[in-house]
Amino acid sequence: MNARSESVFDFSPWRAAAMILRYWYLLRSSWPRLLDLVYWPTVQMITWGFLQYYIMQNAGFFARAGGTFIGAVLLWDILFRGQLGFSISFMEEMWARNIGNLMMSPLRPAEFISALMVMSIVRLSLGLVPVTLLAIAFFGFNLYGLGLALAAFFVNLMLTSWAVGIFVSGLVLRNGLGAENLAWSIMFLFMPLTCVYYPVTTLPLWLQPVAWLLPPTYVFEGLRALLIQKEFRADLMLHALALNAAFFAAGVFGFVKLLQSARRHGSLIQSGE
Amino acid sequence: MPTVPPIAVERLVKIYKTIPAVDEISFALTRGSITGLLGGNGAGKTTTIAAIMGLTTPSSGRVSVLGAEMPRQRYRVLHRMNFESPYVAMPMRLTVRQNLTVFGMLYGVDDLKQRIAQLAEELDLVDLLDRAAGRLSDGQKTRVALAKALINMPEVLLLDEPTASLDPDTADWIRGSLERYRRRRNATLLIASHNMAEVERLCDRVIIMKCGRIEDDDTPARLLARYGRQTLEEVFLDVARGRGIQHEAAQ
Repeated sequence: MNARSESVFDFSPWRAAAMILRYWYLLRSSWPRLLDLVYWPTVQMITWGFLQYYIMQNAGFFARAGGTFIGAVLLWDILFRGQLGFSISFMEEMWARNIGNLMMSPLRPAEFISALMVMSIVRLSLGLVPVTLLAIAFFGFNLYGLGLALAAFFVNLMLTSWAVGIFVSGLVLRNGLGAENLAWSIMFLFMPLTCVYYPVTTLPLWLQPVAWLLPPTYVFEGLRALLIQKEFRADLMLHALALNAAFFAAGVFGFVKLLQSARRHGSLIQSGE
Repeated sequence: MPTVPPIAVERLVKIYKTIPAVDEISFALTRGSITGLLGGNGAGKTTTIAAIMGLTTPSSGRVSVLGAEMPRQRYRVLHRMNFESPYVAMPMRLTVRQNLTVFGMLYGVDDLKQRIAQLAEELDLVDLLDRAAGRLSDGQKTRVALAKALINMPEVLLLDEPTASLDPDTADWIRGSLERYRRRRNATLLIASHNMAEVERLCDRVIIMKCGRIEDDDTPARLLARYGRQTLEEVFLDVARGRGIQHEAAQ
């Protein structure tokens, strides 16, 4: 047997790799799962792409701000699919009734969460890379043309998606699959508030402070600044990063507390509805 | 120096909201023993096993496995124990080999390929290794679940209804495998079961639970003698229907 450590805080890359391998085997075994990764992002990108194309032909402002809709759609998909990729991998364990096996194994929560984070990137890449290529082919919008700004947007959006994904996984662990719908819908609460398709100034004055509490708001404002004013707003990205650190810590704290509560209430024995 | 019991349960109480599932039970198992945990539905068997596995926190009392308090110190011992239950499943779309590889990695098994080959040989899984776990029969799934439970050669093995829904031939085969494993590894096994014949054949000690409490605890032979019965099923019915004490008095 390999040398083993005994604390909850220990981290074994080997065990995290075991979980990544498990999800990779699952993805490989099911073409509908792979198709699903690409299907919705493609449909959404094409719909918004044509809408933008139509608006550009009829409005001078949007003609100057080419790519704001498609760019926003693609960044929104990073946020939404990132969280979904995390949560679905977690729920695969609930659907397979495998969570008891994992909770009884030496797998630490941090290793489990790390594997889910890696899988959210893998799933996102499988789904979004083909869509970004289609956006170039259909609408001439090159997301990769955003350069280093794209990296800043990506890191911030992924951190938010993981923070939400971790917290939702805790809720499902504590409350069973009855809480599954949250995994699918929680990110849509962010959609109007994070101002994906319009500036924060569009919101009523009283709602704007709420929007500025959410890290993705800074990313979408940053995207518009880049595409319309041709300016990279590093200050917005740093604000987002600071808020994301707080969101991520809150997500992990919530997960640990919900896991403890699940142990107290016996939810790990009965992980159905 | 006193030997640490592989499993020790001391005044364990587990209350879900206001309902007591386990009500102040105590027992300790000796190394290399097979103990049967008997009881009707709702007797507290699954909660007891869950507390031993660290899946649920005791409301009061103490559970320790190989000297580690559960669930607080569980990471000290989880790699030395394992379990099998029909109420959890292996990921269905993964092949048997993929499942065993993942769990072998989680348990830090050295020379994993060889261990999988060895288990496949012992549990007659060689022809099933590259088939999806979800496409196996119940009997085959149980053998795969047993392979997962034995992948890390556990010193403590917990089994919840290990032969539920199996035909008599497969069930007998599984019991044989468990007996051989216990002998070879000197492992400690705790089996929750409704199958009295299984408990009679496998166990050198039987703990009978009812309404969250331990009603009786002895070797199968002494239980049969004390209740004046021929089979453990009759003993179980005596306990379940509250006839135990009367019969003992008559004896």
